[in-house]
Amino acid sequence: MIENGTAQGVKTMGMTTKRVLHRVLLTTAVIFVLVWCIFPFYWAVISSLKPNIELFDPHPTFWPKSPTFSNYIKVFQERPFHVNIWNSIIVAGVTTVITLIFGSFAGYAIARLHMRGKALVMALILSVSMFPQISILGSLFVILRKLGFINTYQGLILPYVAITLPLTTWILQNFFRDLPKDVEEAAAIDGCSRLRTLFQIVFPMSAPGLVATGLLTFIAAWNEFLFAFTFMQKPEYYTVPVAIALFAGRSQYEQPWGQLMAAAVIVTAPLVVLVLIFQNRIISGLSAGAVKG
Amino acid sequence: MLELKAKTRETVVAWWMVFPALFVISVIAFFPLFKTFYDGFFEFGLNPNFPRKFVGFRNYVELFIHDPRFIAALKNTIFFTVVSVALETALGLLIAIIVNQPFKFRGAVRAAMLIPWAIPTAISSQMWKWMFNDQSGIITKILERLGVIEPGFPILGSPNTAMWAIIAVDVWKTTPFMALLILAGLQLIPEELYEAARIDGANVWQRFTKITLPMLSSTIAVALIFRTLDALRVFDVVFIMTRGSVNTETLAVYNRVLLMDRAFTGAWFGYGSALSVIIFALISIFAIIYIKSLRLKLD
Repeated sequence: MIENGTAQGVKTMGMTTKRVLHRVLLTTAVIFVLVWCIFPFYWAVISSLKPNIELFDPHPTFWPKSPTFSNYIKVFQERPFHVNIWNSIIVAGVTTVITLIFGSFAGYAIARLHMRGKALVMALILSVSMFPQISILGSLFVILRKLGFINTYQGLILPYVAITLPLTTWILQNFFRDLPKDVEEAAAIDGCSRLRTLFQIVFPMSAPGLVATGLLTFIAAWNEFLFAFTFMQKPEYYTVPVAIALFAGRSQYEQPWGQLMAAAVIVTAPLVVLVLIFQNRIISGLSAGAVKG
Repeated sequence: MLELKAKTRETVVAWWMVFPALFVISVIAFFPLFKTFYDGFFEFGLNPNFPRKFVGFRNYVELFIHDPRFIAALKNTIFFTVVSVALETALGLLIAIIVNQPFKFRGAVRAAMLIPWAIPTAISSQMWKWMFNDQSGIITKILERLGVIEPGFPILGSPNTAMWAIIAVDVWKTTPFMALLILAGLQLIPEELYEAARIDGANVWQRFTKITLPMLSSTIAVALIFRTLDALRVFDVVFIMTRGSVNTETLAVYNRVLLMDRAFTGAWFGYGSALSVIIFALISIFAIIYIKSLRLKLD
């Protein structure tokens, strides 16, 4: 009896210890993942709030002792950072609108309309997503220069539309395919033209898909560096990533890290918020893009 | 008859609808690509002082035989790709398994994992460059205190460590995203499989190698090739962290030097185009493997 009881006691204790150990391990691992993902952004925020004396202190602290917003003010006073933000908004915004229009037209035709060579059209569009940007950089520069598009918004928007179209078309095509067909058929019987059906019925029904793909397009255009760095050669046309990559102080040896971190926080904070709000849609959209094509 | 007419009309509408997309990608992607292939057979610059001269395959021969900088860039690119993709896959799998466990605030943690992905590479590279700063960088300070490096050791300025720092940034940015992709595959594995295995007395390791890994193989394969395509054309992080100095130059960084920096002062544009073609070919090989593996998955 007693022996039996002790054995059972040991067994339950073993189970509890195991469970506690599991929980401790799991919590540690989760904290590690969180710190890993957030720390660089956290450090940028902290650094941007530190005055220069603290920033270059040989014993850096994890919290600003006397926080200041002077770096945030200087970013706009000492350099045209608001112009860079404006350029990025225009370029990424217009790119998103055009890509959504072209992509939803193409996606709808491929998903719904009678057309030979659909698979080939989709394959052609998708193949562009595999192109390394560097392989077309030189030729594209020469073409844009011939058109007089270097240092213009359209000179950056056109390439961005081309590189964001594949994923947009693919995701929207999948989305349209999943919409119930009978609504469109009813509209057709009522004498609604194809285009009217598209604008008055299909697009409103697809609003969630359009928002998610639009967000992905906007982020892709907002983040792009290589084309922007090559096709925009005057500081007043720099987009945000180029301005931040080429951030310079008064001399070569004096990099204004506080200002640089302030600029980084200003432009990433809205992105971080957007991503946190739309996380589910982004994950499903991206896995559709990555896993299927 | 009427039916047929309606169908033809629909086809016409369909072609008009795909036309804008096809037009843009033809002008911006396909035409420049053909032009790059063509230009790779010539010697010329972007400055009228260096006119076009047909040289056949000489640019390619030069690249492979007389250009140590190209060979170094090729080696660096392969090293970067192999190490970063391997680390990202292994850590991504580990993190996916961790965040698949039930715990409090799981949704919030998964959302936080999107942050590194959402920050533009140009900006996160600068954030990391600050953390690696040899005078006041937090990582430098921590490594100094741990006795790993000498005080003031320039991590980004030394050939032995700079590439590892660049890989760290890429792994930081991409691993959480990789984990989310693998997590999506993980959630498709039916729970009954694990229960059955548990009843049969399989331990954690056996359940992982006999159920999780085989069921995830296609997801991992696709994510892996997808990442390889990206890593082979890496530009932003290398350019911003080191400008390709201290033996970190990758193919894309060297290619831009040829096409933009040198093409105006010498006959380098054709040579650069040949390098562009090589990068395209390298990536196409992996793209074909990618498409093949997708087809396998569909069967």
